[in-house]
Amino acid sequence: MDVNKVNTKILPVSFDYYAPSSIEELLSILKREEEIVFLAGGTDLLVKMKQRIVEPKVVVSLNRISELSFIEEKEDGLHIGAVTKLRAIERSDVVKERFPVLYCGVRAIGSVQIRNMGTIGGNLCNASPAADSAPPLMVLNAELKTIGVEGERKISINEFFVGPGKTVLRTKELLAEIKVPHLPPNSGTSFIKIARTSMDIAKINVAAMVRLENGRIGECRIALGAVAPTPMRAREAEEFLTGKEVTDENLRRAGEIVSKEIRPITDIRSTAEYRREVSKVLTYDALRIAIREAGKR
Amino acid sequence: MKKLIEFTLNGRKVRVEVEPNELLLNVLREKLYLTGTKYACGIGECGACTVLVDGEAVLSCLTLAIEVDGKNVVTIEGLAKDGKLDVIQEAFLDEGAVQCGYCIPGFILTAKALLKENPSPTEDEIREYIKGNLCRCTGYVNIVRAIKRASELIKEGEK
Repeated sequence: MDVNKVNTKILPVSFDYYAPSSIEELLSILKREEEIVFLAGGTDLLVKMKQRIVEPKVVVSLNRISELSFIEEKEDGLHIGAVTKLRAIERSDVVKERFPVLYCGVRAIGSVQIRNMGTIGGNLCNASPAADSAPPLMVLNAELKTIGVEGERKISINEFFVGPGKTVLRTKELLAEIKVPHLPPNSGTSFIKIARTSMDIAKINVAAMVRLENGRIGECRIALGAVAPTPMRAREAEEFLTGKEVTDENLRRAGEIVSKEIRPITDIRSTAEYRREVSKVLTYDALRIAIREAGKR
Repeated sequence: MKKLIEFTLNGRKVRVEVEPNELLLNVLREKLYLTGTKYACGIGECGACTVLVDGEAVLSCLTLAIEVDGKNVVTIEGLAKDGKLDVIQEAFLDEGAVQCGYCIPGFILTAKALLKENPSPTEDEIREYIKGNLCRCTGYVNIVRAIKRASELIKEGEK
């Protein structure tokens, strides 16, 4: 990056600003304006704008749309508005008790200040390969609802990310709601993150979900972050474990499969070799915790 | 496209004209002349610019001023009442928690939010809560002690 372009004191771009108070008003703005970015917490977007990585003509703030900020438990699962603050999710008793893996993932994001500002939808749509809310929602098989000028779509979170900073969202389309199905009986979950400091983005993060069936692994989901261009499910390891007995050997073997499945790179936070190595034990640990939790339910 | 916004700042209503790309931090410092809130990293890593918006600790360097229209903002200048320091400020003085002082407004406002939420935090809880505030003098031990002391002073005051 050209160092002369970096000035973090001001926002060096001018833009038109809208803060609609309803989805209806939002859609009418989308129909008429071009080169729009959506502002939620601003903790990623404003940093990118300061660095001129993003130079929008129009900023549409979603922060006055109360329809996009809610946590509601229904029969088919937990519904979370995309513009719900991370701290609101962290403070929700339902999330903490029924979806502890999501609670842990959200708690792992940044600082108190960042979580007071940042939103769950922002964390997902920023599409960092290391986003801490992504692996938990992936093992929960969350379903995303989008809205836009072309109408609504439902997308599995497992198909949402397509590359660093890239999602399947189209222009003039935004994430509106995240639906998290209830966990089946006899299941448990876990989340583990490794970072240089507790404030830092993950070197690697792992979430797991295991459902036990007559002492065997009936179903298993493993998701990892910061080890590929997008957060990813470790499908081969999941397949290997399904139907297997809970033995140390099987769990270690799953870790080894994960280590081969991931596609890590070397960057400022970690080396690819380290990520491959540590993914084995993190997967093992995450599975162990999930199995222990499954035994409790 | 300037817009007139109105918000409560340290208990008083203020009106100010802002451009959409103006940051709360710069409006506070350069238009409202409240220079207690500090600029340091500008990218949400250090916490020096922490202010309270509707009671929550947020980073004014990553907040558009236009977004606080109608809200309640508290800066470090808003803590002392009638010339008497806030108990957290007293505790920072008592414990010698201030070295160069640049990070302190942010630390104190973060501590203010913490103690409102959790009046008796453990040392681990304090450290977890203030992890988004950096002290380049590395005076964390005394800062943690000061927050602990503030929590005790608040409890004593309630007796």
